[in-house]
Amino acid sequence: MIQGYGIDTSSTAAFALSVLPILLVGLRTTILAMLAGFAIALVVGLAFALLRRSPLAVISWPAAAAIEFLRNTPLLMQLFFLYFVLPEYGIVLPAFWTGCAALGLQYAAYMSEVYRAGIEAIPKGQWEAATALNLTRARTYGVVIIPQMVPRITPAIGNYLVSMMKDTPILSTITVVEMLNLASRIGDRTFEYLVPLSMVGLIFFVLTSLCSLALRGIERIIPTKGISLQ
Amino acid sequence: MSMLTYLPVLAEAATTSIMVSCLSLVVACALSFAAGIPLYSGPAWLRGIALVYVEIFRGTSLLVQLFWLYYALPLIGFSMPPLLTGVLALGLNSGAYGAEVVRGALRAVPGQQHEAARALNFSGAHTLWRIILPQAVPEMMPSFSSLAVQNLKDTSLVSMITIADLTFKAQELRNLTQDSVTVYATALLLYLAMALIFIGVLRFMERRIKVATGRSA
Repeated sequence: MIQGYGIDTSSTAAFALSVLPILLVGLRTTILAMLAGFAIALVVGLAFALLRRSPLAVISWPAAAAIEFLRNTPLLMQLFFLYFVLPEYGIVLPAFWTGCAALGLQYAAYMSEVYRAGIEAIPKGQWEAATALNLTRARTYGVVIIPQMVPRITPAIGNYLVSMMKDTPILSTITVVEMLNLASRIGDRTFEYLVPLSMVGLIFFVLTSLCSLALRGIERIIPTKGISLQ
Repeated sequence: MSMLTYLPVLAEAATTSIMVSCLSLVVACALSFAAGIPLYSGPAWLRGIALVYVEIFRGTSLLVQLFWLYYALPLIGFSMPPLLTGVLALGLNSGAYGAEVVRGALRAVPGQQHEAARALNFSGAHTLWRIILPQAVPEMMPSFSSLAVQNLKDTSLVSMITIADLTFKAQELRNLTQDSVTVYATALLLYLAMALIFIGVLRFMERRIKVATGRSA
């Protein structure tokens, strides 16, 4: 991956400039992993939340146990588990997708709590009105509950997106070539860890700041009183 | 192989994880208040330092901070043993999140409390110590609990800087035995058990603090 890029160690500034294009290659992986993991977390998290609310104990208990397990064990161990155990059952995924799955699953467990709080915050009258209108359970969720939930849960979900981004360097442990992995490689090669690692820190700082700004913007755009359905 | 085969080795390594977690929580707790109180009310220069600290450690990734302290810091002349590096990185990271919790809880104390303290001629420090903090600390506890569990989970990252914690030993055992499923499942269950114990202890502390500050019904 470092091939094709020259590294100039003549001065600190030149070194920093020459490693920047390499790190930006890693940045692409970081962002892709964040987005893929986030997509998984959004969908699986909602599934977890709905399963946990199921009136059947056979469904809600295992869901609750799975959520607690995923929430209370380290991402790194879950990642190793997926990376080394899945192939034994014949599921061979590229390291990148294993990483996204691990990120997505852990954050799905976090987000299921957000969804749950969001669902519970909906006034009871909304459920009763949906029943009075003879809406099915699926339609109640689809057109009444979830649209009202979205503005309430956006800030919390946004924070999880940012913290998921900060967790992506963990993927470097299973050989995903993202920013930290590249910085370490540059360090191993030049014996200069200070500049590449500081640059990674700086890029992360800029990224989290940008994300926080963008999220604040989105929170302002999303209507707070629910979304009107024609 | 059964899980029991690996349990003694992994349980011993788990004590290292717990030690790293507890030590870094002490650092984090001290830093939370040291940075959180100036963020709430402090001289501008102190608030500036606290703000820079909090923003840097909340804005970058823990693993990057850990690698930075481990690989980069010795190059500018500060060499530390791995254990100290791990404890410091975790403590600094959790402390930055904790500082925000402290600031939030201090802000949540109603303004009348300040007015009443002033009416009674309390000094600034006395107000903070006698009036504001006793009301704010119970409010901080739930957030501190979740930060502490997060901290415990994050200790798995110190395996990356050669500390022989639970994750490190699990990796070692797996490489030795190639028995991924059992080794990792045992390690994961140990982490779960530790987290659940942590949560229990913190709930207990939360209750005690409520009693001590006269907030329990």
